[in-house]
Amino acid sequence: MTLEIKDLVVEHRSPGRPVVRAVAGASLTVRPGEVVGLVGESGCGKSTLARAVCGLNPVTEGSITFEGAPVTPLGLRRRTLTGVQMVFQDPYASLNPRRRVGDQIADGLRTARDGETDPADLLERVGLPREFAGRHPHEFSGGQRQRIAIARALAARPRMLIGDEPISALDASAQAQVATLMRDLAVDSGAGLLFISHDLSVVRLIADRIAVMYLGRIVEIGDTAEVWDNPRHPYTQALLRAIPQPDGMGVLPEELPGDVPDPAAPPEGCRFHPRCPFAMDVCRVKEPEPGPVACWLHEPA
Amino acid sequence: MTLDITDLKVTIGGREILRGVDLSLQEGRVHGLAGESGSGKTMTGLAVLGLLPHGARATGRIALGERDLLTLPPRELNKVRGGEVAMVFQDPATSLHPMLSVGRQLTEHMRHHLRLDRREARARAVELLGKVRIPGAEEAYGRFPHQFSGGMRQRIAIAIALACSPRVLIADEPTTALDVTVQAGVLRLLRGLCDELGLAVLLVTHDLGVMSAIADEVSVMKDGLVVETGPRGKVLREPSHAYTRSLLDSLPGETA
Repeated sequence: MTLEIKDLVVEHRSPGRPVVRAVAGASLTVRPGEVVGLVGESGCGKSTLARAVCGLNPVTEGSITFEGAPVTPLGLRRRTLTGVQMVFQDPYASLNPRRRVGDQIADGLRTARDGETDPADLLERVGLPREFAGRHPHEFSGGQRQRIAIARALAARPRMLIGDEPISALDASAQAQVATLMRDLAVDSGAGLLFISHDLSVVRLIADRIAVMYLGRIVEIGDTAEVWDNPRHPYTQALLRAIPQPDGMGVLPEELPGDVPDPAAPPEGCRFHPRCPFAMDVCRVKEPEPGPVACWLHEPA
Repeated sequence: MTLDITDLKVTIGGREILRGVDLSLQEGRVHGLAGESGSGKTMTGLAVLGLLPHGARATGRIALGERDLLTLPPRELNKVRGGEVAMVFQDPATSLHPMLSVGRQLTEHMRHHLRLDRREARARAVELLGKVRIPGAEEAYGRFPHQFSGGMRQRIAIAIALACSPRVLIADEPTTALDVTVQAGVLRLLRGLCDELGLAVLLVTHDLGVMSAIADEVSVMKDGLVVETGPRGKVLREPSHAYTRSLLDSLPGETA
């Protein structure tokens, strides 16, 4: 029942351009009933990782196994792997605008060979009235659509739910609600949840563990409270310091200088060293080992 | 007072979107406008520039100095827009023209409003790119928006807004599309420019953290009305209106 990602490498190839290593050796485990939050700046490869887990991006090296069996790439044939379901970023694009939402949820039920459950039951579970099953997606607001997308994913009885920035297209007021809903539904059904977001404050609210990704690698992973209260990797520290606090004190958040380097030409040694305030000589030449904290400052003795 | 909005009402198709908004912006101060979506924050910003959607009717008064922007004839209003009042939009990926070079987009309105010749406009554009801290301003002048990252694009959008030395800058969710680390940089830039150039900034945002970081005054909107206005410290720490309190309570984090 576990999702295991081991030393995963995913490369994007396009003609006339250098190969881009979007994910460069990331390892992550998600156990059933556990919520793992994956955070990082845009372009760090977190969405590519999520897509690879669902078989939407081919794996270059390493392995992804779900319940002991490798995840196969999505092809034209009907897939046997229905235990992993994904909720996409933009519910305006992920729902079919020409079909009733009830029918779209029924697709998920059919996948799970479930002839008894009524799509309206699932709408109820995500907090929408039963009558809405006969409506089309355009009749709903963004938050409601994302709830429908979640209902559709849940209809297939997933044992692992992946959310790829499921809340970033929503209003601020709906974000926390939808995130909490996803967490509750996944945990209640005993499924694991891999929740990808660039918003640390929401991830903190729902995740059991947080993994921080930088330029294709996971630089720090640990229990939510621990990472939040005592971040060890300089990148995690910078991310947390950049969040403005609504305390009315007028404190400007701290800036992390520089931009994310081009993943086609990552820097030598530790990938973070050009932006790191604590960079040492060793950081420029040798990449730290992946571990709970991939940093030379916290090398296990 | 640089810009005074009094009793602004906007109706679209018989529906009242704004129901009497009062705001005043001052030189060198950032005025934050908070509220959930649909509360009319963006409409307030658009009304100042006369950019309301088709069929919208606005009444009340928006005074920029002696002039009322709502009754100004279109030709006069065109002089104000982009000149004395400028705007920065939420998403720099859509607010910048993808097919025109950064330089072209930076100089077009300068040449029109300030009647600069090509060489002067170019020199000023490069200076502006430096001011918003774009590395390699000379080279950046000839490049296109897709060659820049999101944070850099938003800096370019800010440079474009500042090109004609406006007195009022309206920033509509300027950091919502950006990562937190990039957001921090853009916020510092906005605050610095506001202090340095004496701009009056109207910052529209739903993020109370952003508000707390750079706004001097904060107004909270709900259903087309301003329910609370006051200095930052007071509104965010001792909100007097129940709605402001509920907004603050709904935040995840230490203060919740």
